[in-house]
Amino acid sequence: MNSIGPWTGDYQQLERIAREIRLKLIELSCRAQSAHLAGALSCVDILVALYWGALRIDPKQPDAPSRDRLIFSKGHAISALYTVLARRGFFPEAELDRYNKAGGRLPEQPSPGCVPGVEWATGSLGHGLGVGLGMALAAKIQKRDYGVYVVLSDGECQEGSVWEAAMLAPRLRSGRLVAVVDFNKWQATARSNEVMALEPMKAKWESFGWMCREVAGHDIQELLEALRVPRPDDSPLAIVAHTVKGKGVSMMEDDNNWHYRSPTSTEVERARHELGLA
Amino acid sequence: MRNAFADEITKLAGCDDRVVMLSADIGNRLFDKFKAQYPDRFYNCGVAEANMISLAAGLASCGLRPVCYTIAPFVTARCFEQIRVDVCYHEMPVLIVGTGAGLSYASLGATHHSLEDLCIMRVLPGMRVVAPADAMELRSCLRAALKSENPVYLRIGKKGEPLVYPEPPPFAFGVWRELLPGARVCFLSTGNMISETLRCAEILRKHGLTPKVYSCASVKPLDEACLSGVFSQFEIIATVEEHAKLGGFGSAVAEWVADHRPSRVGCLLRFGTQDKFLHEAGEQMHARNVFGLSAEQIAESILEKLRLSEAVR
Repeated sequence: MNSIGPWTGDYQQLERIAREIRLKLIELSCRAQSAHLAGALSCVDILVALYWGALRIDPKQPDAPSRDRLIFSKGHAISALYTVLARRGFFPEAELDRYNKAGGRLPEQPSPGCVPGVEWATGSLGHGLGVGLGMALAAKIQKRDYGVYVVLSDGECQEGSVWEAAMLAPRLRSGRLVAVVDFNKWQATARSNEVMALEPMKAKWESFGWMCREVAGHDIQELLEALRVPRPDDSPLAIVAHTVKGKGVSMMEDDNNWHYRSPTSTEVERARHELGLA
Repeated sequence: MRNAFADEITKLAGCDDRVVMLSADIGNRLFDKFKAQYPDRFYNCGVAEANMISLAAGLASCGLRPVCYTIAPFVTARCFEQIRVDVCYHEMPVLIVGTGAGLSYASLGATHHSLEDLCIMRVLPGMRVVAPADAMELRSCLRAALKSENPVYLRIGKKGEPLVYPEPPPFAFGVWRELLPGARVCFLSTGNMISETLRCAEILRKHGLTPKVYSCASVKPLDEACLSGVFSQFEIIATVEEHAKLGGFGSAVAEWVADHRPSRVGCLLRFGTQDKFLHEAGEQMHARNVFGLSAEQIAESILEKLRLSEAVR
């Protein structure tokens, strides 16, 4: 597997990539008039850490049996994954301009195999962890060495199926499985911890038998350190990434209206300036 | 049927190392031989059916052939959305096996009855639906299901069902088998009602009729060639299933008739359960009687229909 291996470069380079991806997401949301921008912005650093610093992948062999798998379980924010995959060379970046266009292969929420690198069609919440657990179990049965990473939203953790998978994973000694929760504190209509008792999030994963790390979810270095934590006893790993919904642009940060609304072209320009990309 | 299932899947796992058995904490000792022979390919997924289905889809995406096994309503209705999204939308070759289907678990109450599973499984794009007549046909269906690239729902009974076949009969998706030749009345019967239908045919023979009987294990796809033939040749075509009349096998046949408008249409009678839950105690035969599904009740309905049509003449 032609992988990039652990990130040895300057973290500022990755932060720059993250800012450029954020701007692209804002432009896409404006052009496509698509929703879920804020939840896409909150997970950008998580995806940059994974795709530039953790996953053993080769964009030229997207179906290689030995590849690491990433299931993006919060499918409503798929524009973030599309943009990351394009930037990593899974498909031409120019194609992002066809996001959410009729007849195109980049739907507002992903379909199976819509573009190389999309491992699972998500959008209905609460599926990714169980599917990822199956892939991790397959690695064990077939004696392969890949890892499986599942990115979940905090609202998604209200689905019972997440905890069915969470309860089984330690019993299957799924050391290859990593769950990353984009804990941006909001769901569609309210604060996630006010709708259901999500907290204490870290203690929940630990009580289910997972090793758990809590990190500042916009600190790529901290994310990478958590992703590389050694797991001698084959425990699955949960990373609770504390994030800000709408991260990167002051008018969007922690304002849940941006769960649904899309920016005007003037707002895109404001964002471009704030992101230092003017 | 469930003992035959456990025996056959153990044999098939020996021929195909992609077969992985998943159960949702059911089948006490039933899979001991499988577990002993293939310990790394049997997983009790706990009382957590939704996750069992998602996990199976993940296994299938890596080239394995998972088989999900538990009581019919729990492996269909309970986890319907996981089957819809993770299995069918992704076109994963997952085999879903519902045991104790229909009224097999009548005495355990309506929570354990499965009278909607054919309906909700056949509506899913790409899903194939199979309901074998007995333990012999189950073995044939199971072999075919594991060769299929489609997801398959295999609907089976529990134990002690009368044998219809002396040995595993040939089986193919979309092909029904003629069990008895006949005229005027044609039964299209599926799953665990086939032996009851044969008993019904016996009763009708005492009334001078010779009903034809098809065993229709393949609920989806239907045997369209067979349907074209029988609707132009018979006065009465009767579908029989231990399932709700709403949306089940008989509904599928009625849809076919509506869509294909055969030139001469025989009268379609559908035997199944009514639009209600069963609240009273009792074993399977008692429950069948409540729903009008005993051989005697079906025979009486057929005779009544013939008497009426002769009176009109």
